[in-house]
Amino acid sequence: MTTTQQPEALNFECETGNYHTFCPISCVAWLYQKIEDSFFLVIGTKTCGYFLQNAMGVMIFAEPRYAMAELEEGDISAQLNDYEELKRLCLQIKRDRNPSVIVWIGTCTTEIIKTDLEGLAPKLESDIGIPIVVARANGLDYAFTQGEDTVLAAMAHRCPTKAPAAETETEKSDRNAIQKLLNFGKKKEEVVQDESEYVDHPPLVLFGSLPDPVVTQLTLELKKQGIRVSGWLPAKRFTELPVIEEGYYVAGVNPFLSRTATTLMRRRKCKLIGAPFPIGPDGTRAWVEKICSVFGITPKGLDEREAQIWESVEDYVKLIRGKSVFFMGDNLLEISQARFLVRCGMTVQEIGIPYMDKRYQAAELALLEKTCQEMGVPLPRIVEKPDNYNQLQRIYASKPDLVITGMAHANPLEARGINTKWSVEFTFAQIHGFTNTRDILELVTRPLRRNTNLQDMGWDKLVKEEAKI
Amino acid sequence: MKLAYWMYAGPAHIGTLRVASSFKNVHAIMHAPLGDDYFNVMRSMLSREKNFTPVTTSVVDRNVLARGSQEKVVDNIIRKDGEEHPDLIVLTPTCTSSILQEDLHNFVERAQLEAKGDVMLADVNHYRFNELQAADRTLHQIVQYYIEKARKRGELPEGKTAKPSVNIIGNSTLGFHNNHDCTELKRLMADLGIEINTMIPEGASVHDLKKLPQAWFNLVPYRELGLATAAYLEEQFGTPCVDITPMGVVETARCIRKIQQVINAQGAEANYEEFISEQTLNVSQAVWFSRSIDCQNLTGKKAVVFGDNTHAAAMTKILAREMGIHVVWAGTYCKYDADWFREQVSEYCDEVLITDDHGEIGDAIARVEPSAIFGTQMERHVGKRLDIPCGVIASPIHVQNFPIGYKPFLGYEGTNQITDLIYNSFTLGMEDHLLEIFGGHDTKEVITKGISADSDLNWSKDGQAELNKIPGFVRGKVKRNTEKFARERGFKEINAEVLYAAKESVGA
Repeated sequence: MTTTQQPEALNFECETGNYHTFCPISCVAWLYQKIEDSFFLVIGTKTCGYFLQNAMGVMIFAEPRYAMAELEEGDISAQLNDYEELKRLCLQIKRDRNPSVIVWIGTCTTEIIKTDLEGLAPKLESDIGIPIVVARANGLDYAFTQGEDTVLAAMAHRCPTKAPAAETETEKSDRNAIQKLLNFGKKKEEVVQDESEYVDHPPLVLFGSLPDPVVTQLTLELKKQGIRVSGWLPAKRFTELPVIEEGYYVAGVNPFLSRTATTLMRRRKCKLIGAPFPIGPDGTRAWVEKICSVFGITPKGLDEREAQIWESVEDYVKLIRGKSVFFMGDNLLEISQARFLVRCGMTVQEIGIPYMDKRYQAAELALLEKTCQEMGVPLPRIVEKPDNYNQLQRIYASKPDLVITGMAHANPLEARGINTKWSVEFTFAQIHGFTNTRDILELVTRPLRRNTNLQDMGWDKLVKEEAKI
Repeated sequence: MKLAYWMYAGPAHIGTLRVASSFKNVHAIMHAPLGDDYFNVMRSMLSREKNFTPVTTSVVDRNVLARGSQEKVVDNIIRKDGEEHPDLIVLTPTCTSSILQEDLHNFVERAQLEAKGDVMLADVNHYRFNELQAADRTLHQIVQYYIEKARKRGELPEGKTAKPSVNIIGNSTLGFHNNHDCTELKRLMADLGIEINTMIPEGASVHDLKKLPQAWFNLVPYRELGLATAAYLEEQFGTPCVDITPMGVVETARCIRKIQQVINAQGAEANYEEFISEQTLNVSQAVWFSRSIDCQNLTGKKAVVFGDNTHAAAMTKILAREMGIHVVWAGTYCKYDADWFREQVSEYCDEVLITDDHGEIGDAIARVEPSAIFGTQMERHVGKRLDIPCGVIASPIHVQNFPIGYKPFLGYEGTNQITDLIYNSFTLGMEDHLLEIFGGHDTKEVITKGISADSDLNWSKDGQAELNKIPGFVRGKVKRNTEKFARERGFKEINAEVLYAAKESVGA
């Protein structure tokens, strides 16, 4: 494919918002697993329940720590008392599961009938003695992964302001009280040993829910630069939420966390490190570099580290180099993924995205632009609130080698001879950090590898050409 | 408010969408917030649809909440009409739109002025009906709309077809094995010398609907979908309805005899007795199977059945009447149609269970400890936890219940499929037990057989070891009896001694 370098800036468009995505309440699926002592109560209708039941697949059978508070006609018409009803259900949850926190997920219905969840929660909380966090993760306002954003933004208010043991400690350990807290149960020597490996810098808290192995990987990646991660929002348990004091530094690991970032800056008076996200070796490197630069640290060994990763995945990169990709958009990871795939040598035809926070994603957008220029490929159009129907027309016209899309379109596109990758897998797979580069590429190249295996069978189009209208 | 983890029947709009998208060239527009179009994913993934699901959303967002949909819904209808030229657009309300109380009727009327196709509002209250009821109502509504339209235009055909013919009503997308059943029913009708007048809704065009009155009778194979339509056609045109599900040997014969009666009453001279006995003896293997030694071994084995009305009722009858299996309880989640179910199965099982609470079902299974379960995907998972095999006989279902191979549940081939399903469930269970009796692979330490109630008694190591020596198929019972014994006598821990004391006390 011949490409010319285009000097213009990124091109942003906005369509009708008629696109397919998951309802943001789906965040309970991964958050209840991440926060081990939580219980998620989705206050909504059968529609919400049906979605969760089907979207979560087999997880539903594993006695998940989530449930629906299914609203009935009496709730809608306010014949029943919200407070009494919620109290009854929450007491039942307390009795059966005894969680450390109950997260109420507000839905479209509670928005429309204006249930004052934020008002009811503190009262009920003191009545039953379990913290209740309210997140309005509804389809009126948000898409898919933004659900996590609303939950984490609500959790940010619950992070302790001071470590409980802080006052009794000496000045030096005062600063490290959080670390002690995190290392609770570990031998003291270990903690002390750790001290010397870190540079002296203001506390850094990372936000974004990631699987524990990835948390460890990214924490160690920063440790190599002498940066200590004082805590993560969210932690493994609600009772272990990190201390956040005024003046702490925070950095996001996922592109859909703008509300959380805003809350941390405005309400908790933290300083946000605006960096590209640690997706792909290029992103991870930029992320580490940016954090280092804020703390005045000269990063070491990143060149080698990145080069070594690229080398190790060359067999996969070879498969996609020079090919084109089209993101229909549904999970807000699109910009980072596109940037990574451009670095792999792909051309991005379109980046569909539900919502584009140009401030929170500024560094990522800048890196995308820079990457396109360096790789000599045209800058992609970024389509916010895309229109799936229009996108399909563009896909038919431009025939991309790969379409990254939701499941509603994947099979129909495959039947028309267009390779697809189901986008939701990227939300559940481990894609962050240097170590997981291969996993992203594994996903991206899978349809191409599969189709290489099936090549020459002559059945790539399985539906009749539709008559042109 | 109700605490719920799992539901058997989906929300109302799913039923409407299933009917609408079963028709050819019908498009549904949901009035719903972002993310409610999950139906498209299910249809695309579960039934592996090659075509785009003809369902789009007119998105309800903050602006709609503040100012109402205004032009949005109308514009979306007209736009879809121009893009895809559907014969009919069904505006589908959801739980969200039913509380917004916008005048969707008005939107439909306004859109109809400009749209070339027909536009209709699905008349379904989200808080009153579930998926199955909504599907039934929507199908009725669409049929009525097109019958009345044809009548107004004088396009309703006069009289019946020359030869006996049938409308088969109720096959729909995402229905349990519906596509295979559909093929089997077509085959059966061909064998009976009955022409298919129409099959709705799956694969039908709305233009075919005016032909409905020409059929000699209507066949409604599923209790859940099509009866409202058949009742309407009977009332309007006097078309008789056969509503016996041809599932199992006896019921299939009953269905065919009923068809014979219905068409002979209209002047046909059909006699299907020979066909029935030929099919029963040579095509279906189910009858021979129930005489064979295999089936003898199943005599008196305990089973439980749970599902929708159609499948749970038919399955109960097959197990009890055709195979001599002891159905301890049979249940349905179709609470709105519970009387029918009770009437159908009461003589074939000890107990009837009407509930849509999966916890109650799980407990009822744990309590009974059947040798096999016939239920939905939820019961399959209960079976996994309790080590009891399960044959899936009804929705809700997963992708593995949309097999590519030919697996009807209806008709004579259906009887063969069901026989395999039943037999395989039981033998697997037996093999498992034989392995355990002969000290096969039982090295597991922990056995928790309850679903919800956690036992507060401790089993000591030696008690557990003794318990493990007891053959698997009675172990649950022994465990429970022992625990009961221990509770009554206030033992905190159960060791081998307590176990044997309990055994003695019941005289076993």
